[in-house]
Amino acid sequence: MNKKLYSPLIFELSNAGSKGFSLPHYDYGKINDTLPDNLLRTSPANLPEVDEPTLVRHYTNSSNNNFGVDTGFYPLGSCTMKYNPKINEAAVELAQVANLHPAQPADTVQGALKIYRTLEKALCEIGGMSEFTLNPFAGAHGEYTGLMVIRAYHQSRADEARRKVLVPDSAHGTNPASAAMAGFDIVEVKSLADGTVDLDDLSSKLGDDVAAMMMTNPNTVGMFEKNIPAIAKAVHQAGALLYYDGANLNPMLGIARPGDMGFDVMHINLHKTFSTPHGGGGPGAGPVGVRAGLEQFLPNPRVTVDANGKLSVEMNSTAFGQISAWLGNFTVLIKALAYILNMGAEGLSKAGKLATLNANYIMHSLRDLFKLPIDGPCKHEFVFDGLADKSTGVTTLHVAKALLDHGFHAPTIYFPLLFHESLMIEPTETESKRTLDEFIEVMRNIALEASSNPDKIKNAPYETPVSHPDEDSAALKPILTYMDLCTTTL
Amino acid sequence: MSKIYYLPSHEYIIVDGNEGRIGISEFAAKELGTVTYVDMPEEGDEVVAGEEFGAVESRKAASDLFSPVSGEVLEVNEELADNPRLINNAPLEAWIIKVKIADPAQLNDLMDDAAYAEFCKNQH
Amino acid sequence: MSDNKYLPHSEADIAAMLQRCGAKDVDDLFDDVPAELRLKEPYKLPEPMSDAELELFFRQIGRQNKTMTIFAGGGFYHHYTPRAVTSLLSRSEFLTAYTPYQPEISQGTLQYIFEYQTMMCKLTGMDVSNASMYDGSTATAEAVVMAVNASRRKRRVLISATLAPAVARVIGTYATAAGIIIEVIPEDRGVTNRSELNEMIKAGDVAAVVVASPNWYGIVEDFAGIADLCHANKALFIVNAHASALGVLRTPAEWGADIACGEAQSLGMPLNYGGPGLGYMCCTRELMRKMPGRIVGATTDAHGRRTFVLTLQAREQHIRRQKATSNICSNQGIMTLHAAAYLGLMGDKGLAEVNRLGFDAAHALAQGLCETGKVKMAYPNQPFLNEFVIETMPPLSSDKILDAAAKDNILAGIKLTDNQLLVAATEMCSPEDVKRYVELVKAI
Repeated sequence: MNKKLYSPLIFELSNAGSKGFSLPHYDYGKINDTLPDNLLRTSPANLPEVDEPTLVRHYTNSSNNNFGVDTGFYPLGSCTMKYNPKINEAAVELAQVANLHPAQPADTVQGALKIYRTLEKALCEIGGMSEFTLNPFAGAHGEYTGLMVIRAYHQSRADEARRKVLVPDSAHGTNPASAAMAGFDIVEVKSLADGTVDLDDLSSKLGDDVAAMMMTNPNTVGMFEKNIPAIAKAVHQAGALLYYDGANLNPMLGIARPGDMGFDVMHINLHKTFSTPHGGGGPGAGPVGVRAGLEQFLPNPRVTVDANGKLSVEMNSTAFGQISAWLGNFTVLIKALAYILNMGAEGLSKAGKLATLNANYIMHSLRDLFKLPIDGPCKHEFVFDGLADKSTGVTTLHVAKALLDHGFHAPTIYFPLLFHESLMIEPTETESKRTLDEFIEVMRNIALEASSNPDKIKNAPYETPVSHPDEDSAALKPILTYMDLCTTTL
Repeated sequence: MSKIYYLPSHEYIIVDGNEGRIGISEFAAKELGTVTYVDMPEEGDEVVAGEEFGAVESRKAASDLFSPVSGEVLEVNEELADNPRLINNAPLEAWIIKVKIADPAQLNDLMDDAAYAEFCKNQH
Repeated sequence: MSDNKYLPHSEADIAAMLQRCGAKDVDDLFDDVPAELRLKEPYKLPEPMSDAELELFFRQIGRQNKTMTIFAGGGFYHHYTPRAVTSLLSRSEFLTAYTPYQPEISQGTLQYIFEYQTMMCKLTGMDVSNASMYDGSTATAEAVVMAVNASRRKRRVLISATLAPAVARVIGTYATAAGIIIEVIPEDRGVTNRSELNEMIKAGDVAAVVVASPNWYGIVEDFAGIADLCHANKALFIVNAHASALGVLRTPAEWGADIACGEAQSLGMPLNYGGPGLGYMCCTRELMRKMPGRIVGATTDAHGRRTFVLTLQAREQHIRRQKATSNICSNQGIMTLHAAAYLGLMGDKGLAEVNRLGFDAAHALAQGLCETGKVKMAYPNQPFLNEFVIETMPPLSSDKILDAAAKDNILAGIKLTDNQLLVAATEMCSPEDVKRYVELVKAI
């Protein structure tokens, strides 16, 4: 990463008369029609005019101000920032989908459909589910899809009074947001001091008005919910379904399957557990799996197979509806399949275990200097409640920013909401002991310096391309386009 | 002589006859940090005691506003649209809405100054 | 333990790490997982493939995908992807980055999103853009939800019958869950029936009206007056528009739209069998805080340097939870870099030229096909850009054209009915391709 800021915007590189495109000079013969003026735009868009070398340098220089998995370690809790294998990208090229139109007849896209079907089967095996749809574009989109399946299930039983979805107070923000979008009322279930679900509180909230309970396991403090069989039983006895948020699936690889834990519906973030790149925010993929008996509700379109093994894309009249125009972020599916085939059962199982070992190793190496609110072996991640020494005034935010000076991304901070100074660390399995040791050393130095020279930590970072952006002003006077920039003084 | 009452969710109402000015307490303003936006109802809207009528946002938090009493919104503080930080500067002066109090008896369910001060002491 | 190149741990590493954790074996770390839940046997998955085997596997898959000359659109269009864009998208500083929540080390991502937002505003004419939605269908569905939330309690939304069916279905899904009543404005000769719209909106309780440009049939509709009608009835006007076409067509802002949304795959993104494309959403400044999704804004840092940050986050799920404007978290991310780099290379002139080529190719094809005497325009005299509907005359049928064309490796369009075919053309269809299409219809 380049520590010097490269700041121009593409608009500032525009040079009237420069050209960056190459298009054919086709002559299609005499065309008798034109579009009437009243349907044409009245003023030019005024896009920049740049040549190709200028544009390529612009983005290349800009990329040097960016941190990615390929430049350094992300201890980012609940985000599973593992290495993105390069061969996954090759798989997309080799699969020849770039020029496949989604409306092509099935016999011309058997390869693509085979990818879909093969990945679906693999995810069923890993999740312990009966069928998957790979159409959802992201994890939150998967949650929404799963909840719509649950809604359709209750409707099919004429059990429509179930208006509530239970969500633990430690849940990812997408859980309640997705439930609200799916038209449910959200009821929070309390956590015990060890971060697991309070069974008494859960029982008091279960009833014939509850549609589902959403959980992650391990939960967001990285603890395995040991009581999951009892929770599943209680939820099912109340006539509700149990939803698995797959954001934390990574440590369960090779250990236990959500289906076997009693979950009825789940989503998987392919951009977390299955190594597809985050792309600075997307595209991801959030396949949704269901146990036997719920398959018919999965959204359209569906990939089906006939007796001869011929695959096709079909619309199913019992589906709850449609959540995408086509079959999702298809190239992301290809990358995830490449990863699974590359790793095999054994590799995946090792990944889950080493992710857990890495997290425990960091936890044990830092627990004397950071406050560990929940003790016990964690899974893929764990949460500190800030520094152990609370007298310094150095907060979790300060620690996070100080890390940036040392070539590390910040951990997830101020989540989960269970603690005031949450600092959530998830190393993933692709980080070596050497990297972890470097990280541990830096974290220890930050903690020690927080006591000896707190102001130094409070004013970090010092060596990043920008530091201490005025985010209050950004929210008070939003400048959201280059046009805004031209008419405002920053 | 005006009198001030509070909700446990930290909204205040300063009562002047049958009118009340509703805003957020000093304690809440401090907890929230720099206020960057106030989502306000419109003049003429009805608010209901205990129900949400808007929200205050800071850069990384948002908190719903609950009305201490029921009644019609007589005025919204337009100044806050341009300068929401007024809430941080002087929360008791930077009222958010003015309402016509439909049922003064609802004030009996609220905390007075002393009770609220005690209540804040017990907040983490 | 590790003979896998993505797992860096040596046996000695593992032993040392376990020692620090006070565990004898990695399995000890899973003591809290009840035995009855533990996986009894390894996953039933194929034996792990080496890289070479993996390449072979996907190469074989690739052979079962047939690359055709594409005369189909329906929301996804085959345009040329400049190699410079492909190359930039593969830069791992961009590709392997997380969401830019740490602006100090994410200026690269934040800059291109800010550029993308700007370019989408230039294309649509709107004031603000978010940092993307998933696809055109979900962007439009979320626009509907946003309009209803902004309207305070209005429940009806009128959508034109000329929207793409998939977009209408996704709107239907989102609306049902949110308790929104969707009513379809009938079409009249391929365009939104204005007198029906007038009647429907007058019945009251309408939060928004949704139309498409170009519409599902490829027709460029005249929306003059709809915005005024909407606003007079305190409804919002939502225009779903194909991004590339906005290089030449009247913009949503010029039609008076409050929200512009749709699919931006047409900005030179590979077809990729349907994804990833790019959903976009823009709106007026007034509605900015009701918008779903991430937004990048400009500010300064402690040294006065121009700095980009994610802003207005109090709308989002990680802060607002169930009261967020949407549940969206991951979006289409790096596809916004694709859009920004593509539009940067194309500029107004390139975009105009792409549209001219598509217009000429489509009109030459339409003329040629009609001259065969075997098909006619389903909506004669309706203006279109690069997509249109033909109607076959018996004994010819949609299937007959599709089958005959497929034999010549041409995707002739999308079948609407037994005798209607939705046909599109772009700069990827050469004059010879157009001629080939016409000839094969002649020969049926």
